[in-house]
Amino acid sequence: MDHDSAPPANPPRYKLRLFITGSTPRSTAAIQNMRRICAEHLQGDYDLEVIDVYQHPDATRDYQIVATPTLVKVLPEPLRKIIGDLSDSERVLAGLNLAQEP
Amino acid sequence: MGKQHRPIDTDLDLALPKTPTGIDGLDELTFGGLPTGRPTLMCGSAGCGKTLFGMTFLVNGARRFGEAGVFMSFEERAHDLSVNVASLGYDIDALVADGKLVIDHVHIERAEIELSGEYDLEGVFVRLNHAIDSVGAKRVVLDTIEALFGGLEDSAILRAELRRLFAWLKDKGVTAIITGERGDGQLTRYGIEEYVSDCVLLLDNRVIDQVTTRRLRVVKYRGSAHGTNEYPFLIDEEGISVLPITSAGLAHPISREAISSGVQGLDAMLGINGFFRGSSVLLSGLAGTGKSTFATAFVDAACRRGERCLFFAFEESPEQIMRNMSSVGINMQTHVDSGLLQFEAARPSLYGFEMHLARMNRDIERFDPSVVVVDPISAFRGPSAEIHATLIRLADICKSKGITAMFTSLSTANEQMNEGERSVSSLMDTWISLSDIEANGERNRVLYLLKSRGMNHSKQLREYRLTSHGVDMVDAYVGPEGVLTGTARVAQEAREREAGVVRQQAIDRRRRELARKRAAIEREVAERMSALEAEESEVAMMLEEDEARERTFIDERVRMTQLRGDGT
Repeated sequence: MDHDSAPPANPPRYKLRLFITGSTPRSTAAIQNMRRICAEHLQGDYDLEVIDVYQHPDATRDYQIVATPTLVKVLPEPLRKIIGDLSDSERVLAGLNLAQEP
Repeated sequence: MGKQHRPIDTDLDLALPKTPTGIDGLDELTFGGLPTGRPTLMCGSAGCGKTLFGMTFLVNGARRFGEAGVFMSFEERAHDLSVNVASLGYDIDALVADGKLVIDHVHIERAEIELSGEYDLEGVFVRLNHAIDSVGAKRVVLDTIEALFGGLEDSAILRAELRRLFAWLKDKGVTAIITGERGDGQLTRYGIEEYVSDCVLLLDNRVIDQVTTRRLRVVKYRGSAHGTNEYPFLIDEEGISVLPITSAGLAHPISREAISSGVQGLDAMLGINGFFRGSSVLLSGLAGTGKSTFATAFVDAACRRGERCLFFAFEESPEQIMRNMSSVGINMQTHVDSGLLQFEAARPSLYGFEMHLARMNRDIERFDPSVVVVDPISAFRGPSAEIHATLIRLADICKSKGITAMFTSLSTANEQMNEGERSVSSLMDTWISLSDIEANGERNRVLYLLKSRGMNHSKQLREYRLTSHGVDMVDAYVGPEGVLTGTARVAQEAREREAGVVRQQAIDRRRRELARKRAAIEREVAERMSALEAEESEVAMMLEEDEARERTFIDERVRMTQLRGDGT
């Protein structure tokens, strides 16, 4: 696990993929939750792509998607998958290595 | 294990469409295969062959039934899978390239997963749907979907989603196999049998006496009759074979045709000049009594008639048998070369009985022989119930196919019957016992027919010799001291001749003695007569003397009276 990942001069740029299933309530909720977390914690320093698996079924194989919604943190390493509608912000932040110091 | 004689109503099955698995035996015992368009649960502990079953189902579908398939693996990677089944001769990569098979490895790494809020398994649905549609798959295997429980934790959501997945598979109309790891007290570790209930197959891998046997059981098959026993199955380089045994009824076709045993003298002993075609023959005997020789003579005769023979050798290698048999004038090599004779050799300890049986069944199916020899059945060691079941099934398989089967069995000297013999004796139509009798410092081989159903066979003990031109039956000597064999027979014959001479001599002697006696008596009579005559003549002399004296006395008295008379 990397703790103090990149030097402050060059903060890590997050590369995130959010896999959803059309416009189901759960998908919508996930997108909203993600937007909120990004706004609060990533200060615009991220690259989020929302992928609808119905439109791009191949992507499920490439990213090993089993459940939806799934947020995949592609960068920075290591790869993490956060499964669910992202309603539990703390778990999401833990998965993104952004857990706040208590 | 009880035999089943339940008549099975096959009409019942017409209603339920079935998808053949192409696995030898499995389609027979399920009367056609797995339920078409429904999921089947296949559970078993690790190493049971679940993945192989699934892959065989798909490969057979693609190759033989023109149905494309999807293999969704939750455990092995696609590459590992294709390497693992390559040993069965399955070229997975080629099938994938031809668009007949899709392999999707679903990888779940617990360490990289974080759960946050509610989710569904739409990802799996989409992947599966995409894979199915991409090749127009009719068959699907999910191996082992329970791995999801490890990655996503056992939650109500997951269970609900799996239930939905199986229902979705049904709607999709694909015939699916879902594999599951065997759990404690339930069929699968996470109890997914609750959701897949149309057809449940249980695979088992049991070790008894250090021998492993794989078995398969159809636990449930909704809407269809099926065999309910445990069936042994076999995985080897030729794929999977299941051995259905419920068909072991007694409705064998019966033949009245006699086929030669290959030994002239033996044919003569059997009332019909040979064995009935399709009958089972047990040949039991001590070590070195020539069981294999009789068996090969039988095979030789069959091959000469142009019949196909399958020889299961469990003690000797085919080369060894052929070499040894050439010493008794039987040339097996020509039959092997002509393709009429096939040897199948294996060490008995190599697999369990069930495996041997499954292998033999498959070999019989493939070679389609009219004569089968198993040499020897006594090589099988293990629990007697197992041996019994195995041999019964083997004998039944042969009978049901009209194959004349000869089983050899090694008996031990102190034991009248060994386990194998005891268990199969009732199944055997003809039982030939070979033994050797020790006497006068040598062993001689004798044969007798313990039983032979349906023929008026010889009840005699017969001596036989193994000569350079085969088995030679010898007329046994039956004398007052029992059956004599070998030199004892020869000696007895000489003794008989000698005794005759002795008797003749005794008679002559008696005759001479009698003559001597008569002479002696006659001599004695003569002596006594002469003594009597001597006495008689003596008495006569005395009488004469007396008379003479009397006469003289009277003369004296007369003279004296005359003298005195003058004086009166």
